[in-house]
Amino acid sequence: MNPVFYILAVLTLAGGLAAILLRSLVHSVLAVTAAFAGLALVFLQLDAQFAGFAQILIYIGAVAILIVFAVLLTRSSELPKSGVFSNTWIVGLVIAAGVFAVLGWAVLESMSAVPQQAAVPAVTVHDIGNALMGRYVLPLEIVALLLTAATIGAVIVAMHEKEGPK
Amino acid sequence: MMHDGSLAANLDQIFILLRDWVVGFLPAVLRPAADAVLGVIAIICVFPAFFAVVVVLERKGVGRIQNRYGPNRVGPYGLFQPIADAIKALIKEDIVPNRADAVVHFMAPLVLLITVFMSFAVLPVGRNMALVDMDSGLLFFIAMGAATELSVFMAGWSSRNKYSLLGAIRAVAQMISYEVILLLSTVTVVMITGSLSLTRIVEAQNHFTWILPHWFIFTPWGVAAFVMFIIAGMAETNRSPFDVPEGESEIVAGYHTEYSGFKFAIFYIAEYLSMISISALGATLFLGGWSAPLSFLNWVPSWIWFFAKVLIAMFVFIWVRGTVPRIRQDQLMNFAWKFLLPIALIDLVVTALWHFMGEGWMRWMVTAVILVACWALMGRLEMRNRHIGPRKYRYAE
Repeated sequence: MNPVFYILAVLTLAGGLAAILLRSLVHSVLAVTAAFAGLALVFLQLDAQFAGFAQILIYIGAVAILIVFAVLLTRSSELPKSGVFSNTWIVGLVIAAGVFAVLGWAVLESMSAVPQQAAVPAVTVHDIGNALMGRYVLPLEIVALLLTAATIGAVIVAMHEKEGPK
Repeated sequence: MMHDGSLAANLDQIFILLRDWVVGFLPAVLRPAADAVLGVIAIICVFPAFFAVVVVLERKGVGRIQNRYGPNRVGPYGLFQPIADAIKALIKEDIVPNRADAVVHFMAPLVLLITVFMSFAVLPVGRNMALVDMDSGLLFFIAMGAATELSVFMAGWSSRNKYSLLGAIRAVAQMISYEVILLLSTVTVVMITGSLSLTRIVEAQNHFTWILPHWFIFTPWGVAAFVMFIIAGMAETNRSPFDVPEGESEIVAGYHTEYSGFKFAIFYIAEYLSMISISALGATLFLGGWSAPLSFLNWVPSWIWFFAKVLIAMFVFIWVRGTVPRIRQDQLMNFAWKFLLPIALIDLVVTALWHFMGEGWMRWMVTAVILVACWALMGRLEMRNRHIGPRKYRYAE
């Protein structure tokens, strides 16, 4: 485990924690953007260039902007009077610990299934393109259909709002 | 390719030779790090110097287009104006509004400047002269461009100013829309070259037929993609005629209203540097990067060709700024989604046709006819409800 990974892990975790603990909503959004950036750097450190840059392009360039617009346009940036932490936080902690235990167990078990010395093949963008157009073309088309449906839905929702108060 | 030790080859690689000579003084352990550091220092020195040249060109150029002298007090013909601008920006008081969000207000120009500088790392400035030769260099460049949108929003929101927020929202909406067009126009080049690496894209254009080069702009799909790329590039950097977000007559100065002194200078630098980097990407993708325009001009160093092309692209930017009036926000969004996006998608299909039709005059004819027909058709479709006849002028009697 090289030291760069530890630094990036600290950055990502700090971003995630700050996103929960900060008071102002827009500050939380910026902290979660820092967590996205940390994830992208972890991808890059693992030599997955396409995944890393796509993470920056999509998560920081589009998803963060989306969240920011949602915060701005719904005027919910003021804190509610009763605070943001719920009274039943123990239950949430137990459930989160349970999910973490299952995921950790799955990852550790899979590490013993894959031999340690297997060379990880370098996946180039060329390979990703071939895979998308060859083996995974059906999921690609389904995702495109989903995105088209989402776009049309967004347009319809916006249109109704324009004709609303007549 | 010149591998001999001739003067032209040495001049072409002079910066690489200089760097190797300097790094040669260090022990072998430090050499890769020193390589990288010297490259970064070179980028930080060269591109802001280029920015200073562009500022002079812009102010004199826009001044002459508007039938006035530009600045002509500082130095001969006003050539030292950037120095005066820099001194002014440094000594101005840095005012942060009382209710503004100090941390985000401070970080917004920094994030913008950092992402813009990072995008210079993958540009092949000359033969063998890209700082980092990544396999997905183009994707890195576009990712850095996408990260600038967030800093624009940070600047506008943290100022706690209605005009800033309005400017920031308009800017982000505009940048997202034109980002799609930018990406689609670069995908055509990637399709033909088969690689996302910018050095390979330039090398694919470095061939000559008789004396003419194989630049992608000399193909029908290349012209369409280049025009769309330039328009989208202007909109991405909030550059007139797409400068509603910083419309000086409407919303004061948009998202950089509340910035003064050096922070405003950073926004200014970042805007011009992102213009330079988009022009450089356009030169790399469509104008052949560092390759010479005619095959017998190969003796001129490659980095001179690169900077000449970027300078020409900047001149086009300045020319358009002085000539065309500002486009309204809704006209701008209509233009992107209803006109440019269909043409970009059709350009993708036409590029695929070009690739699969094989060599010959047939593919030139077919692709050119399809593109011109679509452009004319989309134009007519958009204009069918607006009855704009010949312009009637009324003069005072």
